[in-house]
Amino acid sequence: MYGSAYIDPNTQFEGYLAPGEDPALLAEFEARIAAGDKIEPRDWMPALYRKQLIRMIEQHAHSEIIGALPEGTWITRAPGFRRKLALMAKVQDEVGHAQLLYNAAETLGKSREDMINDLLTGKSKYSNVFNYPAMTWADSAVIAWLIDAAAIVNQLANSKGSYGPYSRALDRICAEESFHLKYGHDNVVFLATGTPKQRQMVQEALTRWWEPIMHFFGPPDNVSQHTEVLMRWKVKMDTNDNMRQMFLNMYVPKIWDLGLSLPDPDLRKNEETGKWEYTEPNWETFKQVINGHGPCNAERLAVRRMAEEKGRWVRRAILKENTPYAIPLS
Amino acid sequence: MKIKSLDPRIERAQLDSDSQEGMNSPMDQFQTYEVFEQKKRGTHHIHVGSVHAPNAELASVFAKEQYTRRGQCVNLWVVPTAAIYATAYEDADIFETTPSKYHRDPESYKVMDRIQAFKQKQNA
Repeated sequence: MYGSAYIDPNTQFEGYLAPGEDPALLAEFEARIAAGDKIEPRDWMPALYRKQLIRMIEQHAHSEIIGALPEGTWITRAPGFRRKLALMAKVQDEVGHAQLLYNAAETLGKSREDMINDLLTGKSKYSNVFNYPAMTWADSAVIAWLIDAAAIVNQLANSKGSYGPYSRALDRICAEESFHLKYGHDNVVFLATGTPKQRQMVQEALTRWWEPIMHFFGPPDNVSQHTEVLMRWKVKMDTNDNMRQMFLNMYVPKIWDLGLSLPDPDLRKNEETGKWEYTEPNWETFKQVINGHGPCNAERLAVRRMAEEKGRWVRRAILKENTPYAIPLS
Repeated sequence: MKIKSLDPRIERAQLDSDSQEGMNSPMDQFQTYEVFEQKKRGTHHIHVGSVHAPNAELASVFAKEQYTRRGQCVNLWVVPTAAIYATAYEDADIFETTPSKYHRDPESYKVMDRIQAFKQKQNA
């Protein structure tokens, strides 16, 4: 699961060739991408491409590892053995996805240690949705269904991107996510078709999660030169708004079909344009949460710090001195 | 500041939001191994990705957890990444002449044409 890479609107775009980069190599690089070929780790690539990909894949990896926390909370209290098994398997998948993604980012030259440190210090971000708490079991059901659904929209788009290792990781991830989606849907349907108390639980969870879900794909893109280059290089595959539309189109009817409601009176599909109309979520809140002021930011990072610290003696005990390091091949 | 959490396990851990612990030093995450998976006896091992591990034995444990959670697998290989010698993509031209080596192509041997011609000449 994952939220789209947040492109900071304050990022300065300084042209897409760094000083000293060869325009002929750029032409070859662009021709390869235009022909639908993948770029591999040891190919020449513009510094901007490398930088943006590291940022995006790293954010994605952090989202997987932090995303395991709100759901992991419910493992010990899952209602019934089958659901406990399924939730453990899902959480294990998410952590596995983080590792696949860290490896993909690592092929671009940033070590896993540096990525983990940047997560801990808040220098690199993860998907905003994971800064909210899973208050009840129904929240974990809504996360597993709708956050994973949104992530799949995003990941399917990105798997068509130009960087080989990221595409390969995403193919594997998307294949595994299909169980998460079914599992989440099953849990939501179970509650929505259950007792009045269960229906109320799932309705309340849905109401709580709607704004974070609307935030998920990020603010409307300002079509800058920066975005345009990233789309030509197949780093960013679609606009935030297009992906949000795809998600609404697939899932709002399924939610309404269960007789559940969404906390936006203006949400409707415009049959003429085929587009969904909605109230813009509060993007100020989104910025606040991304910058560390959400309900769970401090907890998520503190738990990660604890995990790193408590596992340290085990890693130290098995580490052999003077082992050479090599960047993963692909 | 002590973290207040809905999760009783996190409450019990008494975490501090000002903590600076947990930072990684170089090689804390170990070296990398490339993983090759054989899905079925009789088929080739295929490269599926990499893992970080302190030694080959643990690399194979991590590889099992990472790459065989779904579907079938009968055998895994792990190889230190540093032990792999790879050709460079910019040298891909070394493979370019392969398709033009017609003498390796069974289709390029036209014996039937020659036999037919020979037979026609005999009967003439």
